[in-house]
Amino acid sequence: MKTSFSRREFLKGSLAASGLTIIATLTPEGVKLAKASEAKGEASTLKPTAYYEITPQGTVKVVVPSSEMGQGIHTTLAMIVADELEADWGKIQVIQAPAADPFKNVLLDSQLTVASAATRGWYVPLRKAGAAGRAMLIEAAAQEWKVPASECTAEKGAVRHAKSGRSLNYGELAPKAARLQVPQDPQLKKESEFKYIGKLMPRVDGPEKVNGKAIFGYDVDLPDIHYAILARPPAYGAKPDSFDEKAAIAVDGVVKVVPTPRGIAVCAKNFPAALKGRKALNVKWSAGSHPDMDSASIEKALVSGLEQPGANAITRGDPKKALAQAAKVLEATYYVPCVAHATMEPMNFTAHVQQDRCDIWGPTQGQTVAQMVAGQVAGLSPDKVQVHTTLLGCGLGRRAAPDFVVDAVIASKALGKPVKVVWTREEDIQHDLFRSAVAHKIKAGLDDQGRLIAWDHKVSCFSILKHMGRPIENGIDMYVLWGLHDAPQSPAKSRIAYGIPNFSVELVLSDLPVPVTPWRSVQNAPNAFATECFMDELAHLAGKDPLAFRLESLKDNPRARRVLETVAKSSDWGKPLPQGRGRGIAQHMCFGSYVAQVADVSVKDGKVTVNRVDVAVDCGPVVNPDALEAQIQGAVVLALSTTLKEEVKFAKGGVASANFGDYSVIRMSEVPEIRVHIVNSTDEMGGIGEPGVPPLAPAVTNAVFAATGKRLRRIPLAL
Amino acid sequence: MIFINVNGKDYQVDVPSDTPLLWVIRDRLKLMGTKYGCGIGECGTCTIHIDGKAQRSCTVEVGKVQGTKITTIEGLSENHPVKRAWIEEQVVQCGYCQPGVIMEVASLMAENPKADAEAIIRSMDDVICRCGTYPRIKKGIAKAVDIARKEVRK
Ligand code: FES
Ligand code: FES
Repeated sequence: MKTSFSRREFLKGSLAASGLTIIATLTPEGVKLAKASEAKGEASTLKPTAYYEITPQGTVKVVVPSSEMGQGIHTTLAMIVADELEADWGKIQVIQAPAADPFKNVLLDSQLTVASAATRGWYVPLRKAGAAGRAMLIEAAAQEWKVPASECTAEKGAVRHAKSGRSLNYGELAPKAARLQVPQDPQLKKESEFKYIGKLMPRVDGPEKVNGKAIFGYDVDLPDIHYAILARPPAYGAKPDSFDEKAAIAVDGVVKVVPTPRGIAVCAKNFPAALKGRKALNVKWSAGSHPDMDSASIEKALVSGLEQPGANAITRGDPKKALAQAAKVLEATYYVPCVAHATMEPMNFTAHVQQDRCDIWGPTQGQTVAQMVAGQVAGLSPDKVQVHTTLLGCGLGRRAAPDFVVDAVIASKALGKPVKVVWTREEDIQHDLFRSAVAHKIKAGLDDQGRLIAWDHKVSCFSILKHMGRPIENGIDMYVLWGLHDAPQSPAKSRIAYGIPNFSVELVLSDLPVPVTPWRSVQNAPNAFATECFMDELAHLAGKDPLAFRLESLKDNPRARRVLETVAKSSDWGKPLPQGRGRGIAQHMCFGSYVAQVADVSVKDGKVTVNRVDVAVDCGPVVNPDALEAQIQGAVVLALSTTLKEEVKFAKGGVASANFGDYSVIRMSEVPEIRVHIVNSTDEMGGIGEPGVPPLAPAVTNAVFAATGKRLRRIPLAL
Repeated sequence: MIFINVNGKDYQVDVPSDTPLLWVIRDRLKLMGTKYGCGIGECGTCTIHIDGKAQRSCTVEVGKVQGTKITTIEGLSENHPVKRAWIEEQVVQCGYCQPGVIMEVASLMAENPKADAEAIIRSMDDVICRCGTYPRIKKGIAKAVDIARKEVRK
C-alpha cells in the first residue's frame, strides 16, 4: 500500500499529541478502530477514514473530511462523534481534513462532497469511534479509582463514580486512556440515550460566519499573493486572433500574461489591476465552432432530438403493445432550459507551485480530483500536492469540477508565486458548466379502470459524462437519467417511484458544445418536472384526484406513499380554495430520501405567486434536524427560483446572460411560507442536501393548472 | 494617497482614486468579511455602512469616501441585535451572503428604529442568498427587532 507524504506528515503532526486519538478505518470486513500510537509506525497500512483527538486540556478536535458549503456537515459529523463519546459540546472543535487517502467517502470512493452522501457514509464509523473512546475513558477512570468499570458513567466530558462521588474530566483521563487497548466492537448507545443526535444543535460555524471571520476561497491571503483574471472566449470553440500583451503589462500592477487552455490569464498585484489589464489586453476572438447557436436553436435541437431513435436504458414489459391496447393514451412534451449554479461565492482557487511541492487553497467539493489535476499540471505526483480546503460559498455541484484549480496552478507555475485565480460574476455565469437543458416526450396508457399500465419515455439532453471526459457506453449516460432509471452500480438510487408494468426509457444525447455538470440533485429535478407534471395530466385523464392516482401506482412503495399522505394532510389537500388559487402535488425520491410537496399558488394577471409550500420528508433516522429543515427550505427556494425565473440565455454561439442583472434569481418577497414535516422513520438513511429540489417545480406547475386550467410544460413558467 | 476611516481606524492607502472601495477594504486592509458577489450593485454581499447608511462597496469609488466613517461587518459589535438574532435563529448556511445581509438589516433598523419587522423585510429584495436562507432571514429580522426593542426599554 502506498504511503502518501501528505498523510504521513499529517499523522505525525496531528497524532503526536499526548492526548487520546481514535482513528476509524474502513476495511472490507467493517470498521477497524485504532489509536495514535498504533498509527504512527505504520501509517502506510492504516487507512483511517476519520478521527478525533482529545487533548490533555479536554478539547475534542474532530477532523472531518467533507467540505462545508452551508449544509452544516461539519456540525452534523461533530454531533455524531460527540454523542457517542459523551463529549461536552462546548469543547468540540471541528477541523477540515486535508486531501489524503484516509478521507475518501466510503460511499463514493473519493474525497468528494456530493450526492448527499456525507452523513450516510460517516454515520456508523464515527459512532463506533466515539463509543470506543468513551469505553476507554471509562476504563481509565475505573483503573485509577480501582473500581469496576460498570460502576462508572461518562457524561458531558467527564467520568463519574457515583458511589464515591469522584469524577475526572476527559482531558485528565486522555493520556491514561491512550495506553489502553481500543475495543473493536464498542457498545453503541440506544436511540433513547442520544443527547445531540436528533436534537437541535447550533452550527459550529455560526459565530465566525456572522462576524465576517469565516475564510472562503476568495479570502485566501498569502505573503506576496498575486491575482489572475482570465480573458475567456465569448463563444464555444473561439480562439484568440490577436491580443495586446504590451498594453496589458503597461497597466500599473500587472506583472504577466499567461495563456491557459481556458483563456488568457492576466496576473497582477491586485484585483482591480488584473481587471484593468484584462481590458487592455483587448483580445479579438474568432467566431467559434457554432456561431449561430442561441437559446432558440438549442431548444429546437433538443426537442427535435425526441424524434430521433434513442439508446434504450431500460424496457420492462412491453410498453408498445400495452399502449396499443390501452383504453386511453396521452402524450406530452416538456422542456427545461439550462440553469446556472451562480454560487454566491464565484469560482476561484489559489495555488503556490514550488520546486518539489504544490499547495492549493480553495473551495472544492472534490479534493481527490483537485489534488490529481494539480499534480499533473505542476509536474508532481499527487502526494506532493497539499489541498487546503476553505469554506465554500455554496457548492451546488459546481465545485466538484477541477477546471478552476487547473488555471491557478498554471498561473502560479508561470509566475513562481502564489496566485489566486478569481472569477468575476460574469465569468462565473458565462463559463459555468450548467444544469443540462432537457426535452422530454412521454407517452402513457391507462386501462379501462383508469390505472397506469404503460409509460414510454424519451429524453433529449446534453451529456454530463462527456463533459467529465468519461466514456459513454451504448449511448447511455446514467447521470442524466437519474430520477427515471439508474444503473445497478449507481451510488445513488434514483429511479421512478411508480410501479408501472410496461415501462421504457430512451436517451438521445446532443452534440452541441454546451458544457454541463451536476447541479443540486443532478438531473433529478428537470426529470421530475416532466414525470410529475405528466402524472398530474394522467390523473385528470383518468378522472381521478392527483393524490389518489399516484397512490394507486405506489402499492409497493410505502415510503413514497407515506410522504404523500403526510403532505396531503398538512396542506389541507382537497379543501376548496377561492377562484384563481390552486394546489399542486408532487413527490420524488433521490439519494435515498423521499420527499413530497404541495404548493399553494395564486395566479393573477398572468403572475404566479406561491403562497405556501408544504414538504414531507422521509430520510430515515435524522441526525441533525435543524440542518435538515434548513436544507429543505433552501432547496425549495432554489427550485422555485428555477421554476419562476432562471434561464441561461445563449446567443452567437456563446452565453448571453452575464450577471444578476440579466440572470434573474428569486428575491425575498417571492419566497413563500415553507412548512417542513419530518416523517418519523427507522428506514435506511438517505441524504438531505438535494432531495428537496425535485418535487417543487412540478408541484407549483400543477398548482397553476389547478388555479387556471392551463397546462404549462416548460419552466420558467410563462402564462 | 487616499485617507479613509474604517471601523474607527484611520488608514492611508496608495491606490487610484477610482478603485472600488470593496477591493481596498478586502485586499489592502485585509478585512475579508465584506464579500464580492457581482460587482454591479445587484447582490448585496459587499454591503457596508458609510456614515451609518448601507452602501454597496463594489460601486463606491474609494476617492469619494474620504472624510466619512466606514463600518464593515468586523466593525459591527458582536453583541449587535442582528448578530445575536442570527445566531439564535440559526440563519446562516454557507454564510457568504450573510455579512452583507446583516449590514443591510442593521442599517435599516438604525435608520428607522420604529419600523416593524414586516417593513424591514419588504426592503430586502435587493440582497441575494443563493442558499435560500430567506425564511430564516425573515425570522432573524423579527428576532433582531425584538431584541433591539427590549434593549431600548431597559
Ligand atoms: S458585489 Fe456589490 S452588490 Fe454584489
Ligand atoms: S447563506 Fe449561502 S448565500 Fe446566503
